Amino acid sequence: MARKKDREIPEINASSMADIAFLLLIFFLVTTTMDIDKGIIVTLPPYLPDQEEIEVKLNQRNVLEILVNARDQLLVEGELADVSELKELCMKHVDNNGIDPEFSDSPQDAVVSLQNDKGTSYNRYIEVYNEIRAAYNQLRENRAKQQFGVSYEDLDTARLKEIKRYYPLKLSEADPTDFGNAGGGE
Amino acid sequence: MFRRKGGKKTPKISTASLPDIVFMLLFFFMVATVMRESEQLVNIKYPKATELQKLEKKSLVSYIYVGPPTTKYKEKYGTAPRIQLNDAIADDVKEIRTFIQNERAAKPEKLQNKMTTSLKVDQDTKMGIITDIKKELRKVGALKINYSAAQRVGKL
Repeated sequence: MARKKDREIPEINASSMADIAFLLLIFFLVTTTMDIDKGIIVTLPPYLPDQEEIEVKLNQRNVLEILVNARDQLLVEGELADVSELKELCMKHVDNNGIDPEFSDSPQDAVVSLQNDKGTSYNRYIEVYNEIRAAYNQLRENRAKQQFGVSYEDLDTARLKEIKRYYPLKLSEADPTDFGNAGGGE
Repeated sequence: MFRRKGGKKTPKISTASLPDIVFMLLFFFMVATVMRESEQLVNIKYPKATELQKLEKKSLVSYIYVGPPTTKYKEKYGTAPRIQLNDAIADDVKEIRTFIQNERAAKPEKLQNKMTTSLKVDQDTKMGIITDIKKELRKVGALKINYSAAQRVGKL
């Protein structure tokens, strides 16, 4: 017989492999979006029907009241303020430890209350929210450095929790007012 | 002589490793790819902030866009800020409920409580509409949200 003893399997031509791969590559290149979504991550309180809205009595001194009106003006504890002062004020309020009678008893008791109008711009809202966050982050960072000598971001979970327990972010958002519409302001 | 008539030719460069290189690139892009999100029907200029956190796990994020419709859709939807869910402009805030429920149903049960809703809102939008959205989200139990923002450099 002319047949070979062990017939070799014919090689598959792989020259078109590159073309196929290129095609796929170009597809993925085009559809790829590299940008990462960044933002302020917030956990909302669970919804309670209107009647069941819990009223918590808080000592007035423990609440830092921030109001934003339809013209994006800020009222902090009854006084006009600028957004740039907010971080400082908020830190002072939280880290007061009962010294100033106007501010909180202790960081654990401190509450920041934020109320805006329906006509407040989103931009201003984010600015205010950002400043409150910044104040807390700064306080936590300071404490982490002081207690553990490490930056807040590099802490392990147990220590992170401890710091968070010392400076809990208690932000209460009241339903917005509707003066911008009703008062005929603008 | 055994030399060929045409004289010495330059040797061909072997392209045998080309597929390997291309495949390597291919795999990189396959891993890095997230399919483009739905077409944006609204114009969004993000507010600026400093305390930003990155959103992990893109597959678990649902997006709600709010802003004035783009020039193409101005005639149809007007110039006031509107809510966009998926590929369509929502007529009512209540549609968010079905939207979230649908998004949830598409994910495995284990991961459903890890879902985040990212609010991509134009900076000039009024808070009234945002409050309504937040209320709807709370009602449906989508409590983890993200206010999408751009990095701010410098002071206020």
